[in-house]
Amino acid sequence: MIEVRDLTKHFGSTQAVDGVSFDIKNGEILGFLGPNGAGKTTTMRVITCYLPPSGGTVTVDGLDVRTNSLAIRTRIGYLPESAPLYADMNVVDYLLFVAEVRLIPAGERRRAVRHAIDVCGLGGELSKNVGQLSSGFRQRVGLAQAIVHDPPILILDEPTRGLDPNQIVQIRGLIKELGRQKTVVLSTHILSEVQAMCDRVLIIDRGKIKFDGSKEDLSYGMSGKERVFVELRAGGDPVAHLRGLADVEAVNVVSREDGGIVRLHIDAPRGRDVRALIFGAAVQHGWTLLEMRRETVSLEDVFRQLTTNAA
Amino acid sequence: MQNVWPIFKKEMRAYFASPVAYIVITVFLLICGWFFSTSLFVVGQASLRNLFQIIPFVLTFFVPAITMRLVSEEKKSGTFELLSTMPVTDHGVILGKYLAALALLGIAIGCTLTYAFTVSGLGKIDAGVTLAGYIGLFLLGAGYVAIGVLASSLTENQIIAFIVSFLIIFALSLVDKVLMFVPVKLASVFEYLSAEYHFNNIARGVLDTRDLVYYASLIVLGLYFSARALQRRF
Repeated sequence: MIEVRDLTKHFGSTQAVDGVSFDIKNGEILGFLGPNGAGKTTTMRVITCYLPPSGGTVTVDGLDVRTNSLAIRTRIGYLPESAPLYADMNVVDYLLFVAEVRLIPAGERRRAVRHAIDVCGLGGELSKNVGQLSSGFRQRVGLAQAIVHDPPILILDEPTRGLDPNQIVQIRGLIKELGRQKTVVLSTHILSEVQAMCDRVLIIDRGKIKFDGSKEDLSYGMSGKERVFVELRAGGDPVAHLRGLADVEAVNVVSREDGGIVRLHIDAPRGRDVRALIFGAAVQHGWTLLEMRRETVSLEDVFRQLTTNAA
Repeated sequence: MQNVWPIFKKEMRAYFASPVAYIVITVFLLICGWFFSTSLFVVGQASLRNLFQIIPFVLTFFVPAITMRLVSEEKKSGTFELLSTMPVTDHGVILGKYLAALALLGIAIGCTLTYAFTVSGLGKIDAGVTLAGYIGLFLLGAGYVAIGVLASSLTENQIIAFIVSFLIIFALSLVDKVLMFVPVKLASVFEYLSAEYHFNNIARGVLDTRDLVYYASLIVLGLYFSARALQRRF
């Protein structure tokens, strides 16, 4: 359980994080979303005890980052942006070093390292120096060092940065797998990543939280409505009839064409499916239904709305 | 503090897995050996006095060379961020790195013990003076390494780390050589600040607490401010 309350962090006169509050529950996969420079990395660095907060409190399992930093560090596995690793060590030596610094007892170190290597699929690269690895494998070594001490919390800063599409799919699979037992916080500015991996989304922009909710909440967008797109051919005016249906809140005409073709957006409260009613109305009035689909607002649209509105 | 050991080991491995350690030790021994042997037969005495005069000078650039990358490289490559989110204190990191550089220095200085054996084959060598000389050298080196670690903690740039530590060390070794230009009242202060003045005291065979306190405070202050420098993060 991570609790962030009114967190602020400034560097000189630059306000990187400005009064951010949120909770992360155990077992959650939280996506930290925001444009570059929004304060994602800074927030993560405060949680991992790399940077002290300028104001506010951050606690991990009830321990404060200011007073109990060493105890918190043992509970967290961290992969910083661009996976900085010691280039002149080979994979096994590096992971053994991390295991030792992570206070794993000498007798269990080899087993812990072997486990991390297996989970991250590093078997073929063991004797190579970290500096010689491709960026995909470097990222895996970065993940392996984050999980070697089996921490309950994983904090991953842009884990798929700089990877090719195949590697992205693999790393995402790996993170999802790890997320079954662990609390995972990952930052990204790629929206599809959030859709693929996260339970919950936090959008941060210019140091402030713009959105906090489930991924479904996000895709319902700002309006929070269920929207159905309908294209039909009708003799008279179908709009009035459709407005009369139960649950229908609004009917907007998108466009009209010759021959009585109308395209409409029909809004209903969230969780209500009005498609059967629309179909019934079409049958009743003899309209020809050419197309009907549920509209989901794309994450991209919502994200752009949230982060470009000066608020 | 239990994490000093793995960091020490890692730094030792970094020295010896790359050519760094071999190159600096070779260069160190070449320079010391050259100056030692050229004058040995001219003087014609079975003593290492010569060596104890040349090594402090060699250390002014040898120590910066072995300490310059210790912290600055971690800062530059970002590995420090990862290291500092592991359960280690900044003091532990600094101490581990300091001890590794000191060990490398000890190995280099230890290699010159062969000169002592060579000379003792040629004539009777004063074991007490030789031992005192080596104790002095080790303390002098330990103080210099602390300065080198501090310089390395202050910057991300290894070249700057080298130059800054070289300047500080050079200044400390030089102050007792400019005493004649200094007002009489200040002379004793300058003398006390001089690293080589205390070394010469010890090398003469006098283990005075004043000299020990000098080196101890050099080490403690150097390491303390190094750890402070690490806490300032951006």
